[in-house]
Amino acid sequence: MTELATYNFAYLDEQTKRMIRRAILKAIAIPGYQVPFASREMPMPYGWGTGGVQVTAAVIGPDDTLKVIDQGADDTTNAVSIRAFFQKTANVAVTTRTAAATIIQTRHRIPEAALQTGQTLVYQVPIPEPLRFLEPRETETRKMHALEEYGLMHVKLYEDIARHGHIATTYAYPVKVEGRYVMDPSPTPKFDNPKMHNSPALQLFGAGREKRIYAIPPYTEVVSLDFEDHPFEIQTFSQPCALCGAKGSYLDEVILDDKGGSMFVCSDTDFCEDRQAKGHRGHLSANPAEAAE
Amino acid sequence: MRAATQVFEGGFSDAVLNSQEVFRALMDAMANPGRIMLVRDLVNAPAPLTPVMAAIAATLFDHDSTVWCDRAIAGSTAAMGWLKFQTGLKLTSDPSGAQFALVHDIDVMPSLEAFAKGSSEYPDRSTTIILQIAGFSGVEALTLEGPGIENATSFTPSNLPKLFIDQWTANRATFPRGVDLVFAGRGALAALPRTTRVSRGEV
Repeated sequence: MTELATYNFAYLDEQTKRMIRRAILKAIAIPGYQVPFASREMPMPYGWGTGGVQVTAAVIGPDDTLKVIDQGADDTTNAVSIRAFFQKTANVAVTTRTAAATIIQTRHRIPEAALQTGQTLVYQVPIPEPLRFLEPRETETRKMHALEEYGLMHVKLYEDIARHGHIATTYAYPVKVEGRYVMDPSPTPKFDNPKMHNSPALQLFGAGREKRIYAIPPYTEVVSLDFEDHPFEIQTFSQPCALCGAKGSYLDEVILDDKGGSMFVCSDTDFCEDRQAKGHRGHLSANPAEAAE
Repeated sequence: MRAATQVFEGGFSDAVLNSQEVFRALMDAMANPGRIMLVRDLVNAPAPLTPVMAAIAATLFDHDSTVWCDRAIAGSTAAMGWLKFQTGLKLTSDPSGAQFALVHDIDVMPSLEAFAKGSSEYPDRSTTIILQIAGFSGVEALTLEGPGIENATSFTPSNLPKLFIDQWTANRATFPRGVDLVFAGRGALAALPRTTRVSRGEV
């Protein structure tokens, strides 16, 4: 044997997987509660999804099909490298199609296509504690969660209204899970918050640097915090996607030149490509007839 | 000599993939309370450990997990030897200090109140109780509601702890503190996390 020994299936050693698996079971049993776990060093820097990677590694099996997205896109650096990591260490099938995936690891988006029963969505979470910027001490935030003392969070949202006239929080918008725990949905745009509510898919959250795992089981109530006179609202866009013409999907602005020109395209690349394949066109998409000439 | 070989044999044939398979069944069971997940016979442990209960033990236990065993299991040298050799678990005689509990004889088990419920700050430091039952085609139906369940579902375990509805209601009342249950049947398992609301009767 001249080759180096191969990695254990899905990179992590079995004792680490057992530790993570025990944490995942408790996280599912207490929706929205952050379970501490002994996060490991991973072969990528903190902030690149080490929490999500550890959760995926503890869950994934040889029969799974993995999709990885970074801000909705399958083809950005973080998504490509994590997908390659699991291809190399677990030899699993990978896909970019949302409907074909059994496990979807995501950085900061929920796919536009509705998730199905049996799918697992794994979030990469940078800061799991929604109260952290309001109260830096872990001992205090833990007590606040224990006492269900979330007044501070409402004060923060109120200060948004006092200063801007509306709730200006646009991402990592706090939610209340099953009427008990206030939870950080990771820095997804608040556009995605309604998709977490009553989702048929299991949602797992891994924060590697902060060493926390939390979860939302399927069909669980997830409510975005708001006020009676300032109800929760998602972002809307004034124009459709420039490539597929979709209205009602979350759009990214892409700068086209140095004269202020830009276009808005779907952040979810699979959703956009699927629509284009079905013949939908936006105002900037290439006309296939012209391209052929 | 025979007892000794029983202890060393019958573990997972593939520790990595077998434990992943059992864990996915456990995870899906916990995420979908009352749903019956089929589990292949992957281990062969000495009685009174059944294949499913022993497979759950081999999947979740190691030197970091404190486990309480009921008298039927703790009284069997072969079963305890198997658990110790195959998992390296830490044993405790105090159910209120256990992360996991293995219960073979459901009729004489301590009340759910006797197990660890976690603290308000750390409700995850609670006992997951693994109950041995005959199967999931009992005569008395329970209706389950709560997270993981769309509307409501029926659950018919063959047997349940005494005064289960009362005990479970008391367990629910201390949420987020409380115990979680895993039912190990023959070739299948199901779970009841502390969030599930249980009532008598079919859906």
